[in-house]
Amino acid sequence: MIKRFLPLIGFALVASLLAFGISYMRNNSMNEVPSPLIGKPAPSFRLPVLNQPERFVSNADLAGKPYLLNVFASWCFACREEHPLLMAEGRSLGIPVVGFNYKDETADATRWLQQYGDPYSVVIVDRDGAIAIDFGVYGAPESFLVDGEGIIRYKQIGPITPDVLAFELKPLLASLKGAAP
Amino acid sequence: MRAFSFALCLALLVPAMAWAIDALPFKDRAEELRFQHLTRQLRCLVCQNESLADSSADLAKDLRREVFEQMQQGKDDDAIRQYLTERYSDFVLYDPPLRGATILLWFGPLLVLLIGAAAVTRIVRKRSAIQHNTAPGKGTEEDW
Repeated sequence: MIKRFLPLIGFALVASLLAFGISYMRNNSMNEVPSPLIGKPAPSFRLPVLNQPERFVSNADLAGKPYLLNVFASWCFACREEHPLLMAEGRSLGIPVVGFNYKDETADATRWLQQYGDPYSVVIVDRDGAIAIDFGVYGAPESFLVDGEGIIRYKQIGPITPDVLAFELKPLLASLKGAAP
Repeated sequence: MRAFSFALCLALLVPAMAWAIDALPFKDRAEELRFQHLTRQLRCLVCQNESLADSSADLAKDLRREVFEQMQQGKDDDAIRQYLTERYSDFVLYDPPLRGATILLWFGPLLVLLIGAAAVTRIVRKRSAIQHNTAPGKGTEEDW
Protein backbone atom coordinates (compact mmCIF):
# COMPACT_ATOMS: atom_id res chain seq x y z
CA MET A 1 0.00 0.00 0.00
CA ILE A 2 2.72 2.43 1.03
CA LYS A 3 4.52 1.69 -2.23
CA ARG A 4 1.90 3.57 -4.15
CA PHE A 5 2.80 6.72 -2.31
CA LEU A 6 6.54 6.39 -2.73
CA PRO A 7 6.69 8.67 -5.80
CA LEU A 8 4.58 11.22 -3.97
CA ILE A 9 6.85 11.07 -0.92
CA GLY A 10 9.88 11.46 -3.18
CA PHE A 11 8.30 14.45 -4.86
CA ALA A 12 7.45 16.02 -1.50
CA LEU A 13 11.04 15.54 -0.33
CA VAL A 14 12.50 17.20 -3.42
CA ALA A 15 9.91 20.00 -3.27
CA SER A 16 10.67 20.74 0.37
CA LEU A 17 14.40 20.74 -0.37
CA LEU A 18 13.88 23.31 -3.13
CA ALA A 19 11.57 25.38 -0.92
CA PHE A 20 14.21 25.36 1.80
CA GLY A 21 16.80 26.49 -0.73
CA ILE A 22 14.66 29.39 -1.89
CA SER A 23 13.78 30.59 1.60
CA TYR A 24 17.40 30.23 2.70
CA MET A 25 18.57 32.34 -0.22
CA ARG A 26 16.01 34.97 0.64
CA ASN A 27 17.11 35.29 4.23
CA ASN A 28 20.83 34.87 3.72
CA SER A 29 22.09 36.87 0.83
CA MET A 30 24.60 34.72 -0.99
CA ASN A 31 26.25 37.87 -2.28
CA GLU A 32 27.42 38.82 1.17
CA VAL A 33 30.89 37.63 1.85
CA PRO A 34 31.14 36.61 5.52
CA SER A 35 33.90 38.60 7.17
CA PRO A 36 36.59 36.46 8.76
CA LEU A 37 37.64 39.52 10.75
CA ILE A 38 34.74 39.51 13.19
CA GLY A 39 36.11 38.80 16.66
CA LYS A 40 39.60 39.69 15.50
CA PRO A 41 41.58 42.89 16.00
CA ALA A 42 40.94 45.57 13.41
CA PRO A 43 43.79 45.75 10.89
CA SER A 44 46.30 48.42 11.79
CA PHE A 45 46.03 51.62 9.83
CA ARG A 46 47.39 55.13 9.83
CA LEU A 47 45.54 57.32 7.37
CA PRO A 48 45.42 61.05 6.67
CA VAL A 49 42.41 63.12 7.63
CA LEU A 50 40.30 64.55 4.82
CA ASN A 51 41.49 68.05 3.93
CA GLN A 52 44.16 67.84 6.61
CA PRO A 53 46.79 65.71 4.89
CA GLU A 54 49.36 66.48 7.58
CA ARG A 55 47.14 64.99 10.31
CA PHE A 56 46.96 61.22 10.65
CA VAL A 57 44.59 58.95 12.54
CA SER A 58 45.57 55.42 13.53
CA ASN A 59 44.09 52.56 15.56
CA ALA A 60 45.91 53.88 18.63
CA ASP A 61 44.15 57.24 18.36
CA LEU A 62 40.75 55.54 18.44
CA ALA A 63 41.56 52.89 21.05
CA GLY A 64 39.85 52.72 24.44
CA LYS A 65 36.36 53.44 23.17
CA PRO A 66 34.09 51.68 20.68
CA TYR A 67 33.68 53.37 17.33
CA LEU A 68 31.83 52.82 14.09
CA LEU A 69 33.94 52.84 10.95
CA ASN A 70 31.78 53.74 7.97
CA VAL A 71 33.23 53.11 4.52
CA PHE A 72 31.84 55.65 2.07
CA ALA A 73 32.65 57.39 -1.20
CA SER A 74 31.13 60.17 -3.22
CA TRP A 75 30.81 57.81 -6.21
CA CYS A 76 28.87 55.31 -4.12
CA PHE A 77 25.17 55.49 -4.79
CA ALA A 78 24.04 53.35 -1.85
CA CYS A 79 26.04 55.61 0.48
CA ARG A 80 23.66 58.42 -0.35
CA GLU A 81 20.82 56.11 0.61
CA GLU A 82 22.43 55.42 3.96
CA HIS A 83 23.51 58.97 4.63
CA PRO A 84 20.29 60.48 6.05
CA LEU A 85 20.18 57.76 8.68
CA LEU A 86 23.73 58.52 9.78
CA MET A 87 22.87 62.22 9.87
CA ALA A 88 19.76 61.66 11.96
CA GLU A 89 20.80 58.78 14.20
CA GLY A 90 24.60 58.77 14.14
CA ARG A 91 24.93 60.87 17.27
CA SER A 92 22.37 58.81 19.17
CA LEU A 93 24.79 55.87 19.07
CA GLY A 94 26.95 57.77 21.53
CA ILE A 95 30.18 56.64 19.90
CA PRO A 96 32.45 58.28 17.33
CA VAL A 97 31.39 57.57 13.76
CA VAL A 98 34.57 57.53 11.73
CA GLY A 99 34.20 58.16 8.02
CA PHE A 100 36.42 55.99 5.85
CA ASN A 101 36.63 57.71 2.50
CA TYR A 102 37.28 54.89 0.07
CA LYS A 103 39.04 55.42 -3.26
CA ASP A 104 37.71 58.91 -3.70
CA GLU A 105 38.89 62.31 -4.84
CA THR A 106 39.37 64.79 -2.00
CA ALA A 107 37.41 67.50 -3.80
CA ASP A 108 34.51 65.13 -4.55
CA ALA A 109 34.35 63.82 -1.01
CA THR A 110 34.46 67.34 0.44
CA ARG A 111 31.69 68.52 -1.86
CA TRP A 112 29.62 65.43 -1.07
CA LEU A 113 29.89 66.07 2.68
CA GLN A 114 29.03 69.74 2.20
CA GLN A 115 26.00 68.87 0.13
CA TYR A 116 24.53 66.07 2.25
CA GLY A 117 26.01 66.91 5.64
CA ASP A 118 28.88 65.49 7.65
CA PRO A 119 27.84 62.92 10.26
CA TYR A 120 31.42 61.93 11.05
CA SER A 121 33.58 62.79 14.02
CA VAL A 122 36.57 62.46 11.70
CA VAL A 123 37.00 61.41 8.08
CA ILE A 124 40.07 59.41 7.12
CA VAL A 125 41.16 58.93 3.53
CA ASP A 126 42.19 55.68 1.87
CA ARG A 127 42.96 56.94 -1.57
CA ASP A 128 44.26 53.76 -3.17
CA GLY A 129 42.14 51.33 -1.14
CA ALA A 130 45.08 49.45 0.37
CA ILE A 131 43.82 49.59 3.97
CA ALA A 132 40.33 48.75 2.71
CA ILE A 133 41.72 45.44 1.41
CA ASP A 134 43.06 44.70 4.90
CA PHE A 135 39.55 45.29 6.21
CA GLY A 136 38.10 42.98 3.58
CA VAL A 137 36.10 45.81 2.04
CA TYR A 138 34.67 44.87 -1.33
CA GLY A 139 32.16 47.62 -1.84
CA ALA A 140 30.69 50.67 -0.24
CA PRO A 141 28.98 51.33 2.04
CA GLU A 142 30.31 48.95 4.63
CA SER A 143 30.47 49.57 8.36
CA PHE A 144 32.55 48.04 11.12
CA LEU A 145 31.79 48.25 14.81
CA VAL A 146 35.09 48.17 16.67
CA ASP A 147 35.12 47.83 20.45
CA GLY A 148 37.35 49.54 23.01
CA GLU A 149 39.98 46.84 22.69
CA GLY A 150 40.14 47.32 18.94
CA ILE A 151 38.26 44.10 18.15
CA ILE A 152 35.82 44.11 15.23
CA ARG A 153 32.45 43.11 16.65
CA TYR A 154 30.12 43.58 13.73
CA LYS A 155 30.23 44.23 10.02
CA GLN A 156 27.40 45.63 7.99
CA ILE A 157 27.67 45.10 4.25
CA GLY A 158 25.59 47.62 2.35
CA PRO A 159 23.67 50.53 3.83
CA ILE A 160 22.87 50.61 7.54
CA THR A 161 19.10 50.37 7.72
CA PRO A 162 16.91 51.46 10.66
CA ASP A 163 16.49 47.75 11.45
CA VAL A 164 20.22 47.13 11.54
CA LEU A 165 20.64 50.16 13.77
CA ALA A 166 17.87 49.17 16.17
CA PHE A 167 18.31 45.40 16.29
CA GLU A 168 22.02 44.89 15.68
CA LEU A 169 24.15 47.92 16.43
CA LYS A 170 22.36 49.35 19.46
CA PRO A 171 21.98 46.04 21.38
CA LEU A 172 25.60 45.20 20.64
CA LEU A 173 26.72 48.62 21.85
CA ALA A 174 24.64 48.25 25.00
CA SER A 175 26.28 44.91 25.72
CA LEU A 176 29.72 46.42 25.10
CA LYS A 177 28.96 49.21 27.54
CA GLY A 178 27.56 46.72 30.04
CA ALA A 179 30.75 44.68 29.86
CA ALA A 180 33.01 47.66 30.32
CA PRO A 181 33.70 48.54 33.97
CA MET B 1 34.56 35.56 -47.31
CA ARG B 2 35.60 32.94 -44.78
CA ALA B 3 38.86 34.72 -44.21
CA PHE B 4 36.99 37.95 -43.70
CA SER B 5 34.62 36.54 -41.11
CA PHE B 6 37.53 34.91 -39.33
CA ALA B 7 39.32 38.26 -39.22
CA LEU B 8 36.15 39.88 -37.96
CA CYS B 9 35.86 37.30 -35.19
CA LEU B 10 39.45 37.97 -34.19
CA ALA B 11 38.90 41.71 -34.28
CA LEU B 12 35.90 41.34 -32.02
CA LEU B 13 37.78 39.02 -29.68
CA VAL B 14 40.84 41.18 -29.14
CA PRO B 15 39.20 43.98 -27.13
CA ALA B 16 37.39 41.42 -25.01
CA MET B 17 40.68 39.76 -24.18
CA ALA B 18 42.47 43.03 -23.56
CA TRP B 19 39.72 44.14 -21.22
CA ALA B 20 40.83 42.40 -18.05
CA ILE B 21 44.55 42.38 -18.65
CA ASP B 22 46.50 45.03 -16.81
CA ALA B 23 49.90 46.11 -17.94
CA LEU B 24 51.82 44.37 -15.19
CA PRO B 25 55.57 44.21 -15.63
CA PHE B 26 56.18 40.48 -15.48
CA LYS B 27 59.82 39.56 -15.59
CA ASP B 28 59.23 36.50 -17.74
CA ARG B 29 56.54 34.33 -19.31
CA ALA B 30 56.66 31.79 -16.47
CA GLU B 31 55.81 34.42 -13.91
CA GLU B 32 52.96 35.66 -16.04
CA LEU B 33 51.57 32.13 -16.39
CA ARG B 34 51.85 31.60 -12.64
CA PHE B 35 50.00 34.87 -12.07
CA GLN B 36 47.24 33.89 -14.47
CA HIS B 37 46.96 30.41 -13.01
CA LEU B 38 46.65 31.84 -9.50
CA THR B 39 44.19 34.62 -10.26
CA ARG B 40 41.99 32.19 -12.13
CA GLN B 41 41.49 30.21 -8.92
CA LEU B 42 40.39 33.32 -7.05
CA ARG B 43 36.94 34.77 -7.08
CA CYS B 44 36.18 38.40 -7.71
CA LEU B 45 34.26 39.66 -4.67
CA VAL B 46 32.29 42.25 -6.60
CA CYS B 47 30.98 40.18 -9.49
CA GLN B 48 31.06 36.81 -7.87
CA ASN B 49 30.65 34.73 -10.97
CA GLU B 50 33.91 35.98 -12.37
CA SER B 51 37.41 35.02 -11.45
CA LEU B 52 39.92 37.60 -10.38
CA ALA B 53 41.70 37.04 -13.67
CA ASP B 54 38.66 37.89 -15.78
CA SER B 55 36.98 40.64 -13.82
CA SER B 56 37.25 44.26 -14.80
CA ALA B 57 35.89 45.48 -11.47
CA ASP B 58 37.95 48.10 -9.73
CA LEU B 59 38.57 45.95 -6.67
CA ALA B 60 39.64 43.03 -8.86
CA LYS B 61 42.21 45.31 -10.45
CA ASP B 62 43.50 46.32 -7.00
CA LEU B 63 43.64 42.71 -5.86
CA ARG B 64 45.45 41.65 -9.02
CA ARG B 65 48.02 44.34 -8.34
CA GLU B 66 48.27 43.12 -4.74
CA VAL B 67 48.79 39.53 -5.89
CA PHE B 68 51.41 40.71 -8.36
CA GLU B 69 53.27 42.72 -5.73
CA GLN B 70 53.27 39.83 -3.31
CA MET B 71 54.64 37.59 -6.05
CA GLN B 72 57.45 40.12 -6.47
CA GLN B 73 58.13 39.90 -2.75
CA GLY B 74 58.71 36.19 -3.25
CA LYS B 75 55.54 34.94 -1.55
CA ASP B 76 54.35 31.55 -2.76
CA ASP B 77 50.83 30.83 -3.99
CA ASP B 78 49.66 29.39 -0.68
CA ALA B 79 50.81 32.46 1.21
CA ILE B 80 48.97 34.74 -1.22
CA ARG B 81 45.83 32.63 -0.97
CA GLN B 82 46.08 32.79 2.81
CA TYR B 83 46.52 36.56 2.68
CA LEU B 84 43.26 36.83 0.75
CA THR B 85 41.26 34.35 2.82
CA GLU B 86 42.29 36.16 6.02
CA ARG B 87 40.53 39.21 4.63
CA TYR B 88 37.76 37.86 2.45
CA SER B 89 37.16 34.36 3.92
CA ASP B 90 37.11 31.11 1.93
CA PHE B 91 34.72 32.91 -0.39
CA VAL B 92 37.62 34.10 -2.54
CA LEU B 93 38.64 30.53 -3.29
CA TYR B 94 36.88 28.72 -6.09
CA ASP B 95 38.26 25.53 -4.61
CA PRO B 96 37.03 25.50 -1.01
CA PRO B 97 39.26 23.76 1.55
CA LEU B 98 38.06 20.54 3.17
CA ARG B 99 36.93 21.20 6.73
CA GLY B 100 33.95 20.65 9.02
CA ALA B 101 31.69 23.23 7.43
CA THR B 102 32.43 22.09 3.88
CA ILE B 103 32.08 18.32 4.32
CA LEU B 104 28.59 18.31 2.82
CA LEU B 105 29.81 20.43 -0.08
CA TRP B 106 32.60 17.99 -0.83
CA PHE B 107 30.86 14.70 -0.19
CA GLY B 108 27.20 15.63 -0.74
CA PRO B 109 27.26 14.59 -4.41
CA LEU B 110 28.92 11.28 -3.49
CA LEU B 111 26.24 10.72 -0.87
CA VAL B 112 23.48 11.34 -3.41
CA LEU B 113 25.23 8.97 -5.83
CA LEU B 114 25.40 6.26 -3.16
CA ILE B 115 21.72 6.66 -2.32
CA GLY B 116 20.89 6.42 -6.04
CA ALA B 117 23.10 3.36 -6.49
CA ALA B 118 21.49 1.67 -3.48
CA ALA B 119 18.03 2.37 -4.85
CA VAL B 120 18.94 1.02 -8.31
CA THR B 121 20.52 -2.12 -6.83
CA ARG B 122 17.42 -2.78 -4.77
CA ILE B 123 15.07 -2.37 -7.70
CA VAL B 124 17.20 -4.53 -10.00
CA ARG B 125 17.50 -7.28 -7.38
CA LYS B 126 13.78 -7.28 -6.77
CA ARG B 127 12.98 -7.51 -10.47
CA SER B 128 15.43 -10.33 -11.08
CA ALA B 129 14.01 -12.15 -8.07
CA ILE B 130 10.53 -11.86 -9.58
CA GLN B 131 11.81 -13.15 -12.90
CA HIS B 132 13.55 -16.06 -11.21
CA ASN B 133 10.35 -17.00 -9.46
CA THR B 134 8.20 -16.87 -12.57
CA ALA B 135 10.70 -18.25 -15.09
CA PRO B 136 10.77 -21.85 -13.80
CA GLY B 137 6.98 -21.84 -13.60
CA LYS B 138 6.79 -20.80 -17.22
CA GLY B 139 9.29 -23.48 -18.15
CA THR B 140 7.29 -26.21 -16.53
CA GLU B 141 4.15 -24.97 -18.21
CA GLU B 142 5.85 -25.28 -21.55
CA ASP B 143 7.08 -28.73 -20.61
CA TRP B 144 3.58 -29.76 -19.97
